[in-house]
Amino acid sequence: MAILEVENIKKSFGKTEVLKDISFSLNKGEVLTIIGSLGSGKTTLLRCLNFLEFAESGTISVRDKLVYNGENHKKLKDAELRENRLHFGLVFQQFNLFPQYTVKKNVTLAPSLLKRNTPEEIEEKANALIKRVGLEEKCDSYPATLSGGQQQRVAIARALALEPDILCFDEPTSALDPELTGEVLKVIRSLKGHDSTMIVVTHEMQFAKEVSDRVIFMADGKIEEEGTPDEVFGNPKSERLKAFLSNSL
Amino acid sequence: MQEFLTVIDALNEGFFQTFKLFAVTLLGALPLGLIISFGSMSKFKPLSYFTKTVVWVIRGTPLMLQLFIIYYVPGQLSGGASPWSAFEDDRFIASCVAFIINYACYFSEIYRGGIQGVPVGQREAGEVLGMTKTQIFFKVTLLQMVKRVVPPMSNEIITLVKDTSLARIISYQEIIWAGYSFIKGSRGISGIVWPLFFTGLYYLAFNGILTLLFGYIEKKLKHFN
Repeated sequence: MAILEVENIKKSFGKTEVLKDISFSLNKGEVLTIIGSLGSGKTTLLRCLNFLEFAESGTISVRDKLVYNGENHKKLKDAELRENRLHFGLVFQQFNLFPQYTVKKNVTLAPSLLKRNTPEEIEEKANALIKRVGLEEKCDSYPATLSGGQQQRVAIARALALEPDILCFDEPTSALDPELTGEVLKVIRSLKGHDSTMIVVTHEMQFAKEVSDRVIFMADGKIEEEGTPDEVFGNPKSERLKAFLSNSL
Repeated sequence: MQEFLTVIDALNEGFFQTFKLFAVTLLGALPLGLIISFGSMSKFKPLSYFTKTVVWVIRGTPLMLQLFIIYYVPGQLSGGASPWSAFEDDRFIASCVAFIINYACYFSEIYRGGIQGVPVGQREAGEVLGMTKTQIFFKVTLLQMVKRVVPPMSNEIITLVKDTSLARIISYQEIIWAGYSFIKGSRGISGIVWPLFFTGLYYLAFNGILTLLFGYIEKKLKHFN
């Protein structure tokens, strides 16, 4: 059963059409990677899913519930918008941790503002998540004292704390030194199979090949090709995908 | 010795007036500056143009001129019936009005720089985590903004301490007024110059304390960038 249904998403910045009629669906527990060259619309698509950009038309449904409709999103109340966006989590390329707070506080801040759980439950959950990303010794450290890889792992724990249905990663290793990408990819890999449904925009082809259940190749704001990793990487059909793959390997 | 004590007594009184003007200006201008900065960042164009014009006029003309205008012009317009009496209290209030408006405009530009200096990603991270706009401002942006704003603010605030002496132009009896009074004659003493120079020590000491205080705040915020 599809947990996410995206239909006919269109988005322009001024006169530039960035997303031209994007549709796809995703099953619970699946990992979808989105690949494509710079400017193909991958990041914009993720930002539309997280309501950081608003698609002009198209719909997004999670668990058969319509959470976004491009035609009438302006009528949506702030509270509804926030409620709906919590189906998604987003890990940014630049981490965007809150620098004034410790690792622990970064993870607990949003859940304690939402007040869905007691402070004890939130604390316990945060500890477990920080441990899961392997940073239990850094609980009381400030982001500035952490490496990029560690910061990104905190950002993953922070996103997981709200238990999103679908966790999105926007080029999670692109801002990292090559020797630090491994630890972050390892964490993402470890989430697979935990019921986590994930969408990963990435340039790490090896990682995409290995972790994805499905791969989407985007070009010029359209889904040029999609399929299993074997199909997309092993047997690419379109010329653009062939060219892209030969350039990135 | 008696002369010294008399002078110190007068200077202390003068400094109290200086301090009063300083403190009230700060209390008024700190929040008003924030409101003005929101005005100049508003997406509603007429409001932001209006605010920017006001800030331009206030920052582009001397504070001394603004003091004159606020104290004397209302009386001129109403045909001699000034809303300000000649009493010290009214000179104080008129000075406060001029200083608060003037300093709020300077502060607003510092705030604006501080707010716009916080990376967009911080706000987006808050949004994605389901925070409201208010929560994002108070829990995410504010402290980062404070950190960016402290160094330029400490500069302005130290300038404010010294600028209070401008209020003497509408005869507000602050410390320089008190020091100067012993040249022309006051409390039975006249023709001495040292009290005027002595006022400098008050400014130095007070600004020294402020400098330590700002240093302490900066140190407190050192754990993040």
